[in-house]
Amino acid sequence: MTATTVDLSGNRLGWAVADAVTVTWRNLLTLLRTPQLLVFATIQPILFVLMFRYVFGGAIQVPGVDYVNFLMPGIFVQTVAFGATSTGVGLAEDLGKGLIERFRSLPMARSAVLAGRTVADLVRNVFVVALMCAVGFLVGFRPSTGVLAFLGGVVLLLLLGFALSWLFAIVGLGVRNAESAQAATFPLTVPLVFASSAFVPLESMPGWLQAWAERQPVTITVNAVRALMIGGPTSTYVLQSLAWSIGMVAVFAPLAVRRYRRAA
Amino acid sequence: MAEAIEVAGLRKRFGDVVALDGIDLSVPAGTVFGLLGPNGAGKTTAVRVLTTLLVPDAGSAAVLGIDVVRGAEEVRRRIGLAGQYAAVDENLTGRENLRLVGRLSHLPGEHVRRRADELLGRFDLLDAADRVVRTYSGGMRRRLDLAAALVHRPPVLFLDEPTSGLDPRSRADLWQVIEDLVAEGTTLLLTTQYLEEADRLADRIAVVDGGRIIAAGTSSELKDQLGSTLVEVTVADGETAERAAAALGRLGPVEVADGKVVSLKVDDGARSLPGIVRLLDAEGIDLAELAVREPTLDDVFLTLTGHRTEEEAA
Repeated sequence: MTATTVDLSGNRLGWAVADAVTVTWRNLLTLLRTPQLLVFATIQPILFVLMFRYVFGGAIQVPGVDYVNFLMPGIFVQTVAFGATSTGVGLAEDLGKGLIERFRSLPMARSAVLAGRTVADLVRNVFVVALMCAVGFLVGFRPSTGVLAFLGGVVLLLLLGFALSWLFAIVGLGVRNAESAQAATFPLTVPLVFASSAFVPLESMPGWLQAWAERQPVTITVNAVRALMIGGPTSTYVLQSLAWSIGMVAVFAPLAVRRYRRAA
Repeated sequence: MAEAIEVAGLRKRFGDVVALDGIDLSVPAGTVFGLLGPNGAGKTTAVRVLTTLLVPDAGSAAVLGIDVVRGAEEVRRRIGLAGQYAAVDENLTGRENLRLVGRLSHLPGEHVRRRADELLGRFDLLDAADRVVRTYSGGMRRRLDLAAALVHRPPVLFLDEPTSGLDPRSRADLWQVIEDLVAEGTTLLLTTQYLEEADRLADRIAVVDGGRIIAAGTSSELKDQLGSTLVEVTVADGETAERAAAALGRLGPVEVADGKVVSLKVDDGARSLPGIVRLLDAEGIDLAELAVREPTLDDVFLTLTGHRTEEEAA
């Protein structure tokens, strides 16, 4: 009866990758079939650009930099961080609908549902970041470094988004529907995104908040991306950001897979 | 015959709630086993342990001789599960759903395509194959869910309340599909709240309540225990009721309730009615009312546990 099932033994990694690719395909297909989700996902960062560029921007003084150039790297990082919450939302939805249960009853790799979700959300973030670049140029964003440095910055912020996806995966597996996932990820994203250097210089914050803000991964990545896009000392922030992102994946991915095994 | 499913002393608790309180059962290969019980009886928990989704606190469970905890991955390759909530992706088409499951079951690509088409045809979903599942009716979703459980031709199939919430027509359709599968030799364990469903599909039935099996046997053995169909005869007054009871007593056990309702237990249900009417007519007894009651799950419970199923929720 099982003669048609390909033998797993000896090639677990190969199957883990194949399964993750299959699940990624499924998630991207879902994304294409519900374009309204993508539209909403892009409207929010566009509104943030317009708000900070034209409403708050005039009141925010950043010495030596045009505010729009200061803002856009922050917007990019904010975009991927908010985009990463969709990992939690998607998993919570799959869990509530019983799909996770089905996947867990199949002889597929235990990591595939999560890897397929985080990778699909990474692809989604690539798309949204590309769009935000275009929006940035429209409102006057002018990077002053080279193309390679700019792309390096994009890679760095996508990596942060991927790492945060694994954090939100843990959150999403603990709730049952999209609304709860949204509500549960919000208190995590706000201190990361807003108590950071994304929109304002840290010096404008009270000391106790600076103490948090200057050490957390969003600030570090924003500083790294900013340096790569509009100039400034790069190496320390870039290395710290890489360390944060890789470290978060290393810690959160096994925890998320552990939670997946016991989910539902 | 080899046992396809063997369960001994299975226990599982969630906090203060005891979901399984020592379940033993065995299902011979190629047979259908029905777990019958109300909501919260532990049926779904039992299925989730057997399908490797949940690790039990104590006891053992094996599918085709493979322990569901130690050999979880081996077990997953040999079982199919279709749940209470149709676990299909609403944003994929029927065909894509089946291919997804086929690929994740590690079937070769060509085989996946063929198998998906075959199942779509078999479950009468070919016309809807390339529509997203969001547009499917409840019955279609259930059929697709069942098809998804069969993609890798599992020798053992678990169906958790396969027809709950379906209209009678879709239910009858699904029963037919399940009977065809069983005819091909699939071992099936199904859970249900409907006595009728267990009666129609299962070779053996276990009645579950409070995480324990409180009765087990074939459907007819259980019905014997229940006293089968009740025929209730209502007459004008107590004196007539006495005479009716005396007459009907020749056909089976009788009871008089409310002074003028005589109930008779019969084995052949509605077929016994003409005889009953002729008998009462010959005795010159006028009928005010005549009713036939088939035993319901509620009756099973009342008989076996002394409490009605609604009390589960209270």
